[in-house]
Amino acid sequence: MADAEIIPLGTRGRPGRGTGLDKPSSAARRLAPGRAAAGRRGATDDATPPADAPAAATGEGDSTTAAANGAAPVAATGAGATGATAAGAGPTAPQDPTSAPAAGAASGPAPGSPDAPRAEPVDGAATTDPSDAAAPSAPAAATRRRTPGIPVGDWISAIGGAAVEVFGDDGEQRLAELLAFLRRRVTGDYVVDEYGFDQEVAERFFLAALRPIAEKWFRIEVRGAENIPTDGGALVVSNHSGTVPVDGLMTGVAIHEHTGRFLRPLGADLVFKMPIVSELARKGGATLACNEDAERMLSGGELVGVWPEGFKGIGKPYADRYKLQRFGRGGFVSAAMRTGVPIVPCSVVGAEEIYPLVGNVPSLARLLGVPYIPITPLFPWLGPLGLVPLPSKWLIEFGEPIRTDSYEEGAAEDPMLVFNVTDQVRETIQQTLYSLLMQRRSVFG
Amino acid sequence: MGRVVLVTGVSRELGQRFARGLTADPDVDRVVGVDVTPPRGDLTGVQFVRADIRNPVIAKVIAKEDVDTVVHMSVVATPDGASGRASMKELNVIGTMQLLAACQRAAGVRHLVVKSSTTVYGASSRDPAMFTEDMAPKRLPRAGYAKDAYEVEGYVRGFARRRPDVTVTMLRCANSIGPRITSPLSQYFRLPVIPTVLGYDARLQFLHETDLLDVLRHATLAGVHGTFNVAGDGVLMLSQALRRLGRPTLPLPGFAMSSVGSVIRQTRLADFSPEQVAFLTYGRGVDTTAAAEVLGFRPALTTAEAFADFVDSLGPGLVAPSRLALEAAGALDRAAARTSATTELTGGGRG
Repeated sequence: MADAEIIPLGTRGRPGRGTGLDKPSSAARRLAPGRAAAGRRGATDDATPPADAPAAATGEGDSTTAAANGAAPVAATGAGATGATAAGAGPTAPQDPTSAPAAGAASGPAPGSPDAPRAEPVDGAATTDPSDAAAPSAPAAATRRRTPGIPVGDWISAIGGAAVEVFGDDGEQRLAELLAFLRRRVTGDYVVDEYGFDQEVAERFFLAALRPIAEKWFRIEVRGAENIPTDGGALVVSNHSGTVPVDGLMTGVAIHEHTGRFLRPLGADLVFKMPIVSELARKGGATLACNEDAERMLSGGELVGVWPEGFKGIGKPYADRYKLQRFGRGGFVSAAMRTGVPIVPCSVVGAEEIYPLVGNVPSLARLLGVPYIPITPLFPWLGPLGLVPLPSKWLIEFGEPIRTDSYEEGAAEDPMLVFNVTDQVRETIQQTLYSLLMQRRSVFG
Repeated sequence: MGRVVLVTGVSRELGQRFARGLTADPDVDRVVGVDVTPPRGDLTGVQFVRADIRNPVIAKVIAKEDVDTVVHMSVVATPDGASGRASMKELNVIGTMQLLAACQRAAGVRHLVVKSSTTVYGASSRDPAMFTEDMAPKRLPRAGYAKDAYEVEGYVRGFARRRPDVTVTMLRCANSIGPRITSPLSQYFRLPVIPTVLGYDARLQFLHETDLLDVLRHATLAGVHGTFNVAGDGVLMLSQALRRLGRPTLPLPGFAMSSVGSVIRQTRLADFSPEQVAFLTYGRGVDTTAAAEVLGFRPALTTAEAFADFVDSLGPGLVAPSRLALEAAGALDRAAARTSATTELTGGGRG
């Protein structure tokens, strides 16, 4: 310790020759040309808003302090104060980057030389610096003030013109529709069904946002769309995968593309427990996966989607991809039997690869009350970027509908029959998954 | 021979209007109104008996007046006066017990109509979209009005078991709303800035106050045994209702909502109980098929119409933001009109 001690020499450890005070010494101030008072004033003005400080200082004195600032290496004795002034002038400098370096450059060769001819340009540069800074900002402010002054009519015609450009020739009609839509949203003048499904929002926002993802990102190929009934109740049963239930959304998009019908998903109760997600889910047409709701929707003639694997399917490790998990307790089959609607098996290939689940943090998941905390090759390492799904190639195949209306009354109360039908649906989906995997050239192909 | 109807809770606005309306009915001979406090308003034609249903005096009233129909409207959701929740619970639960005990002893009683509430279904994330009458709440109510209503229903079921000769009609009414009604929900909608739960949008159903009176009258006269959900058709989302109301909203996270609720409760601006917070978070829907098919009653106004009537009643002075919203809507309309005009012009120029 003792051998490493540094004994300061003279300056008490501060660099430079000064006393270590943060004001220039009187000798240093006297060395600087011009009145000392101005220098001191400039130094004290640092505390006040910086933009005006150099301008407020009197003409020559100001220019000289500015010059001293520029010539910092020379007037190094006043390091504290002048540095602060330079910093103070800093904020104005970016406003006009041309004049600030000019001032620095001009004051560079003229450090401390009080000769008038050379000081004049420096003075000019230095004093115009703040005024320059103020001058462009004033017109800028003026134009900013003028901006709202554009007549509303001009705006409207511009928007109208833009609408024609963007939407084509029926642009004005489309725009009027859009405005009518906005009006309905603002005044609450729209209708939701008893599950909270908001068809307008689903069509205009959710589907519109998901369609490009389905088409461009996942390049979804749909097979067997003719197996989806075009009217009446039906139950679409699908495999579940991908860490985040993107497959449900994409199936909904695919069905709407091919039949124009809305898929009404049955969601786990966690979905309705989470804020924002629950709101979006209800607006998007989902309801709680319980027998009451399923039967109600099916007998109401809706196209209901169910993912019987639930969290076991969606949160399975990547190594188990395309291996169907247990199909719940077969509640979906009994719901379909009671309402006599067909079951449409749906197999989705590609969703497994969007977020390959390679790890899990069970303790954190328990703490947060969620089924799993996913670790993928990109998440959480890349932060939000890790949330971008990998662009795997998707194949969705709808199988031949399995009729349930041929069973006699009370078949839903026969557990053995329900289990058999459940297994039949599960086997169908599993076999279709294998054949689709054989047909797929590569994961991202 | 006409009916003799005993109505409890006639000093409240709703009971008063119901009792008065009943006197006009040709099937009804006499209407006996019972309440603890004397009625403030007009009770013409109603025989008022000042009696507390919380003590056995009520049995004497029933026997003396030869009552054959009892309409129990004293299960209240709004704590009244300074005594607050304690007396409300007393009135709801003990009052019902005494009334039912009296009815059980009175051989002349043939009909019992109880006004209950859809609050008994609770509100949680695990609720089915639409409750039918045979469904139980996912979580039993632990406090407040919901618990009262739940217990009252239990006593009524017990009574129905012990007196199978009495027709018991239990009406689970959705939140009633209207220009003249005061309920926790109407107080909520009257707040100048309306707090909502961030990230949730509740499904709401309303029953207009005139429909509420109609269904009570219908149940009193029809005498259909059973429990029925009564609500206006259709569903409004809370966000949608608030837009129609045109009041500024303040979305708060769920945990903040309950503390804000207790502050609002203390200022007595509105009763903001935990069960109401749950209701405003998850909402509730009830299936009214049984009421239409078995009871034979359909509300005249839908949920949206009932709410529209309530919104109209708030008057223009209070709802400046709604005018703002309307103005914005008007601006959009004008913009739409002008756009089509200008694009026609530009389209003409191009053509």
